[in-house]
Amino acid sequence: MSAYEAHFRVWRGDVDGGGLRDFRVEVNEGEVVLDIVHRLQATQAPDLAVRWNCKAGKCGSCSAEINGRPRLLCMTRMSVFSRDETITLTPLRAFPVVRDLVTDVSFNYAKAREVPSFVPPEGLGPGEYRMRQEDVERSQEFRKCIECFLCQDTCHVLRDFEQNKEAFAGPRFLMRVAELDMHPLDAAGESGIDRKRAAQEEHGLGYCNITKCCTEVCPEGIKITDNALIPLKERAVDRKYDPLVWLGNKIRRREQ
Amino acid sequence: MTQVERQAWDVVVIGAGGAGLRAAIEAREQGMRCAVICKSLFGKAHTVMAEGGIAASMGNVNTGDNWQVHFRDTMRGGKFLNHWRMAELHAQEAPDRVWELETWGALFDRTPDGKISQRNFGGHEYPRLAHVGDRTGLELIRTLQQKIVSLQQEDKAETGDYEARLKVFQECTVTRVVKDAAGERVAGVFGYERESGRFFAIEAPAVVLATGGIGKSFKVTSNSWEYTGDGHALALLAGAPLINMEFVQFHPTGMVWPPSVKGILVTESVRGDGGVLRNSEGKRFMFDYIPDVFKEKYAQSEDEGDRWYEDPDHNRRPPELLPRDEVARAINSEVKAGRGSPHGGVFLDVSTRMPAEVIKRRLPSMHHQFKELADVDITAEPMEVGPTCHYVMGGVDVDPDTAAANGVPGLFAAGEVAGGMHGSNRLGGNSLSDLLVFGRRAGLHAARYAQETAAAGARPVPDDAQLDLAAAEALRPFSAEDGEAPSAEGAGERPPASPAENPYTLHQELQQTMNDLVGIIRRAGEMEDALHRLAALRVRARRAGVEGHRQFNPGWHLAIDLRNMLLVSECVARAALERTESRGGHTREDCPEMDREWRRINLVCRLTDPSAGLVAPPDPGRGQVRLERREVPPIRPDLLNLFEKDELVKYLTDEELTQ
Repeated sequence: MSAYEAHFRVWRGDVDGGGLRDFRVEVNEGEVVLDIVHRLQATQAPDLAVRWNCKAGKCGSCSAEINGRPRLLCMTRMSVFSRDETITLTPLRAFPVVRDLVTDVSFNYAKAREVPSFVPPEGLGPGEYRMRQEDVERSQEFRKCIECFLCQDTCHVLRDFEQNKEAFAGPRFLMRVAELDMHPLDAAGESGIDRKRAAQEEHGLGYCNITKCCTEVCPEGIKITDNALIPLKERAVDRKYDPLVWLGNKIRRREQ
Repeated sequence: MTQVERQAWDVVVIGAGGAGLRAAIEAREQGMRCAVICKSLFGKAHTVMAEGGIAASMGNVNTGDNWQVHFRDTMRGGKFLNHWRMAELHAQEAPDRVWELETWGALFDRTPDGKISQRNFGGHEYPRLAHVGDRTGLELIRTLQQKIVSLQQEDKAETGDYEARLKVFQECTVTRVVKDAAGERVAGVFGYERESGRFFAIEAPAVVLATGGIGKSFKVTSNSWEYTGDGHALALLAGAPLINMEFVQFHPTGMVWPPSVKGILVTESVRGDGGVLRNSEGKRFMFDYIPDVFKEKYAQSEDEGDRWYEDPDHNRRPPELLPRDEVARAINSEVKAGRGSPHGGVFLDVSTRMPAEVIKRRLPSMHHQFKELADVDITAEPMEVGPTCHYVMGGVDVDPDTAAANGVPGLFAAGEVAGGMHGSNRLGGNSLSDLLVFGRRAGLHAARYAQETAAAGARPVPDDAQLDLAAAEALRPFSAEDGEAPSAEGAGERPPASPAENPYTLHQELQQTMNDLVGIIRRAGEMEDALHRLAALRVRARRAGVEGHRQFNPGWHLAIDLRNMLLVSECVARAALERTESRGGHTREDCPEMDREWRRINLVCRLTDPSAGLVAPPDPGRGQVRLERREVPPIRPDLLNLFEKDELVKYLTDEELTQ
């Protein structure tokens, strides 16, 4: 494959407004969208704002929307687009824009603080923890999360209804509740914390209607809906009736 | 006086990677109010890229392991240039630091009896690395991040404010450590918010540097944009010395293709779990590269190396698991001899050792990374890999027990920014444990120092003049186009009214210079050339100009970071030119032997001009850094006794051995 020139449209602006700007930019073999953004910075737009760090899909910094789809800029290869396709880059829509492709993601850090932390079990000192691999694997899947917040961005409960942000923690932090709830040694129950009830009553689990949009955009391939949210709804069900659990079970059975 | 927002805290930690977060947790647990300042979002630090694991001699997989064995491996890996006391503390305390993470919610992979699993790694005698697949760094960062949140929840319950005692200032860059008017003690920091471009000053008697490394000065690197040597430069500018700056680790296995991902790390776990290195002739070439000092410890045949995976007690380990410096040099030699892979690396193959599903479970992010970025399925075909700049062994000269920077009261350093722990070469897995062991120590002693200062009623006050100068320095890129006239000596190659320089272009030239002239294999003439080029770049960097305004402006940020990269690059080049031997992460083609006399010497870098070009433009004819030679402290006898005499004679001089 030889180098070619691609057509990019990049949203530029800030909290006061902005718009899409057109760029023609060189693309080389094997490059990802983030490489092209860096080339724009070095050659045409030195003050183009973008977050990034590892460039290897491990840190979750470079989240943006590519042709309207939430993705990591560093893990989206240019070869998935045809050469004559116009590639449109816009900031995450569910969060307030700061500048260009950078958004204010402080909502997520505020929600993270509302989830009660891991409670260490009484009577077990450091070095005395014993857990079986198969028992830690469920929570380990959720701890693969790189906090790119693409699931938060795509979840229509947050994306389309700003007023839901107060009551709804979003898939990332409901998954965090599930992770702690499934931790083999978490002693939250003994200390009077009911994680299942909190998921329902404090973090808005009921708002989730399991459309699986979060799972579809997860760059780590975590089955957020099937493995975290639906089991959490099931675990909460003896406390509160949720018709969607019944529906979710139907859907899953049909897939199997 | 420039109007800047000012706050007062007890301890400021710069950097929110493993060392910084561990330091902050400790300072807060000691009752101090602690501010953490980081360039990225909270939880995105470079530590997330660490893959293989945390080295700690818990003995969960092989009960023969203990801290003495870990100490020995660390000293061997560093070719005995390590500060013995740091290596000792590190080996002794690493298990406690790992177990502590479990009580904060970390979920490591398990052994069949439910303990923390441990894997093999280069240079470690026993399986020693606690791990979570190949994403151990992410688990470490997330655990520390969540521990900080849990402390903030406690503070909220008690005071009504999450940030009463522990606050993370994310996406902020510190450009100066500020001292009191006498210029003696640390009094705080000056920096800017990346998002708004606003300046701020934080008054604090104790500052912990935990800023990581310098890899962004090299073209091919596994490091992210954050690794611009900030803490190294801040320490130098505050009057603290750096040691061991000539030792830069080139990790043997970075991706080599496609070009845009060149340098991205391929974890050493691939070799730890059985991956083999082959050249274009299909030969396992590492058997030809076992150096004399390691001859007795590594397998001499493929059969023996293969048997070791099943029966480590009766066979020796394969040479793919030599320390990183050895493997990187070997790969470099194979490629140079024309036996490289199509894209200029060698082949790393794990597909023949393990079934596909085991590879996907043990090395999930490698599988994902190669599939997504290079169209390579590592369960079925070999990877192409080659050396990539990964880690700097050199750093701030610190007291081993307290992590206090030598000569600057109130300044502390931990993690990659601190020097001494790893000697001339770091073993894989010893970084994450280093972050935890010395991060905790730095936080503890910074807190004690802050307490003592407060108790004595002697809290230092930042000097207004220094704050003003720091603000002027940070704003300079916006006025560069006015054609600031260089001084008479500085006029050099360009006329006074020359246009502003593009910071991206300067950065690329710097990276190319360091990569080509002070890279994995070094020669005196090339390093002299590098020093000339660095001097010229330094003059041009003063004219680095930017467009736009101060709000989230990456061009401006880079223009400011260039100062740091140029400073640390000069340290590396100067020290590397001075050390006329080859050892660990410093290989001289013109001085290929390891010299026992040089083992006794640390090269110490200091600033020639303490104002560091802040007042006057730099003189291109003169460097910014001067070197001193200093004798390394003798290793305590009981620690020396952990080694056989035949081994010690390879490293120590006869004089040292008879003492």
